[in-house]
Amino acid sequence: MAKKKKKNKSTSSHSQQLPLPKNQILELYDLMVKARVLEERLIKIYKSGDAYFWIGGPGEEGFGVPLGLLINKGQGHNHDWLHLHYRCSPTLVAMGMPYIDAIRLIMNKATDINTGGRNFANHYCYPEWNVAPVTSPIEVQYSAAIGTAWAQHRENANGITIVSGGDAGTAEGDFASCLVWASRPGNELPLLITVQNNRWGISTSYDTQHGEQSIADRGKAFGMKTKVINANDPIEGYLGMKECIEYIRKNKKPMLVEFKVSRLYGHSSADGANLRNEEDCIQNLEEKLLNWKLITKEEIKNIRANYEAEAKKATEQARTEGGPEANTLWDHVYVDNENADWRNF
Amino acid sequence: MANMAQAIRLALHYAEENLELKDVFGEDVGPPLGGVFTATQGIKSAWNSPLDERGIIGCAMGIAMTGDRCVAEIQFCDYIFNTIDLLKMVGNTYWTTHGRMPLPLVVMTPVGAGIRGSVYHSHSFDAWASRLPGWKIVMPSNPKDAYGLLLSAIADPNPVLFLKPKALLRVKGKEMIPGEPEGDKVLKSMIDAPVGDRSNWKPKWPKIEDYRVPIGKAEVTRQGEDLTIVSYGRTLPICNTVADELQDKGHSVEVIDLRSIYPYDWQAIKTSVQKTKKVLFVNEDTEVTNFAEHLAYRVGQELFYEIYAAPRVLAAKNLPGIGLHPNLEDNTVPQKPQITEAALDVIGQQP
Ligand SMILES: Cc1ncc(C[n+]2csc(CCOP(=O)(O)OP(=O)(O)O)c2C)c(N)n1
Repeated sequence: MAKKKKKNKSTSSHSQQLPLPKNQILELYDLMVKARVLEERLIKIYKSGDAYFWIGGPGEEGFGVPLGLLINKGQGHNHDWLHLHYRCSPTLVAMGMPYIDAIRLIMNKATDINTGGRNFANHYCYPEWNVAPVTSPIEVQYSAAIGTAWAQHRENANGITIVSGGDAGTAEGDFASCLVWASRPGNELPLLITVQNNRWGISTSYDTQHGEQSIADRGKAFGMKTKVINANDPIEGYLGMKECIEYIRKNKKPMLVEFKVSRLYGHSSADGANLRNEEDCIQNLEEKLLNWKLITKEEIKNIRANYEAEAKKATEQARTEGGPEANTLWDHVYVDNENADWRNF
Repeated sequence: MANMAQAIRLALHYAEENLELKDVFGEDVGPPLGGVFTATQGIKSAWNSPLDERGIIGCAMGIAMTGDRCVAEIQFCDYIFNTIDLLKMVGNTYWTTHGRMPLPLVVMTPVGAGIRGSVYHSHSFDAWASRLPGWKIVMPSNPKDAYGLLLSAIADPNPVLFLKPKALLRVKGKEMIPGEPEGDKVLKSMIDAPVGDRSNWKPKWPKIEDYRVPIGKAEVTRQGEDLTIVSYGRTLPICNTVADELQDKGHSVEVIDLRSIYPYDWQAIKTSVQKTKKVLFVNEDTEVTNFAEHLAYRVGQELFYEIYAAPRVLAAKNLPGIGLHPNLEDNTVPQKPQITEAALDVIGQQP
């Protein structure tokens, strides 16, 4: 919707060189707002008592949206595999996930296609897009990512694997596993290992736990190309992500990339989910858009308002839906609902 | 006759030719060694992984997410414990995703005592494994069952844990694997890697055939009237021997090889116990919160008014380890004398 209006303005007189084509910058912005509005809605749903827990990714849009826009989306070895964590709603939004999916998930509705009301907010699973299930144990996705990247390597496929996680989690062994397995001589994996460094564990500050100069530096010992990207500047986030993905697609070799991001609403609902005073990637991009005269304040307001209305509508829809019934407890323990209840053996 | 290590190799070969098995991997699983118990020698798709159990399970999980079939090995189950949360996750993924993400994978790992393996090569894992819902868990006691169970495991759309009783890996079977050549020497010359330089060696695979042991199906290995012994893995052949010896002394003992720990064949246990009225469960995991305690509990709950003796569990003593000296090992995990004694004791009970 934002795009249409801007068409009339495309003749406007920004003589400066834009870092990306105008429509791409606007799409990036639009999706970042779309992702932010979703997270803010999820927080409201939690605060109004319609959910038990919230955890999510407001503040990480400058990483997540570029990722969602740049991957080769689809199913099978020739598409990219994503091993995401619980702050990755911006990636799914950019890939086209409708709001209602996230809202049914946080409200544990029977209609929640990701988990059937079984798991926390933002714990997605989209096999049709090669999106591995998000799970709560920190860092395990870095071990599972080895496997999809290996299968792509074995088949000499076009797809690559991307894994994401936080800074504190890099202390786990799975992170080291990922570096080791990705860089075995002769079997280097097409694996983009990313870390979203928001400088926090839950309450533990980055500065007190990391002796390394930067997390990305750890890749150097494995002969990996590394990069540190400031994703609070979404243009840098986008261009950096593009370069990394293109490098891996072309060279079929791993990269370790650290994205600097913010954690705008704290860790989760457990510490209040209130807005914190940290740098905001969306505000940063807005300032640029206004400077470049690609957008007006009025349009900014409208984009937000439209997404807010969409989120509200989806919330109202989900509210009318029921939760999973107790008689579905044993569903999907085994494939094809083969009996798994010992009482019936 | 093939031994169990050869039977596993034959199954892996059959599966890579016929069941789209893509990867067999783990520590020292690929050439030149082909596994510390030689169970993966000559397998085309076998490769050496880093010495990293978490990486091995994680990699298997990722491969399974793509739909490709793999068999991952943990070199000894003593070293599987640092993957326990990943094993939990493998077990819960299909359920948690409400049926969206199946994980068809097999993890195999040698278990149990019997090779003088000391504290860290004698652990069992069956009781631990029984607490991993979402997995199927199998444990053969002879080469033919190992072949048939491994093929069923690889073809199964769910994660399957294949426990290899390490004391039985070199024991020859009494029944032929379908398609196995006659004569031990022939099979050995075809599929065992030579000692020394193997760089140019290639196995000559016999034309083996499809054969499945259904997961969840037990087998009655001795028929009897006075007592049912339910066991699996290393202790199963000992239970057979005990039954044969007691037969000579006038006691008729039925032995059930459970073969699958989960799902388990309750109907086989129930039918037998309803006949013999007495039951002894034997395995070599530690005795407190042992899987057999669940079975004994169930016998108590469902067959209480039909049985003539309290269900008995004979398992390893609840010690922190299995000591290396034979006096220590043999008195920690059940051996023939303890099984015989327990069997006679249960047989002797009168209501
Ligand atoms: C293995 C494990 N240990 C502890 C926790 C509890 N926990 C959840 S999030 C978190 C902090 C993670 O910090 P980081 O990796 O930096 O990611 P962020 O949440 O900041 O994005 C902790 C300790 C967990 N979920 N899993």
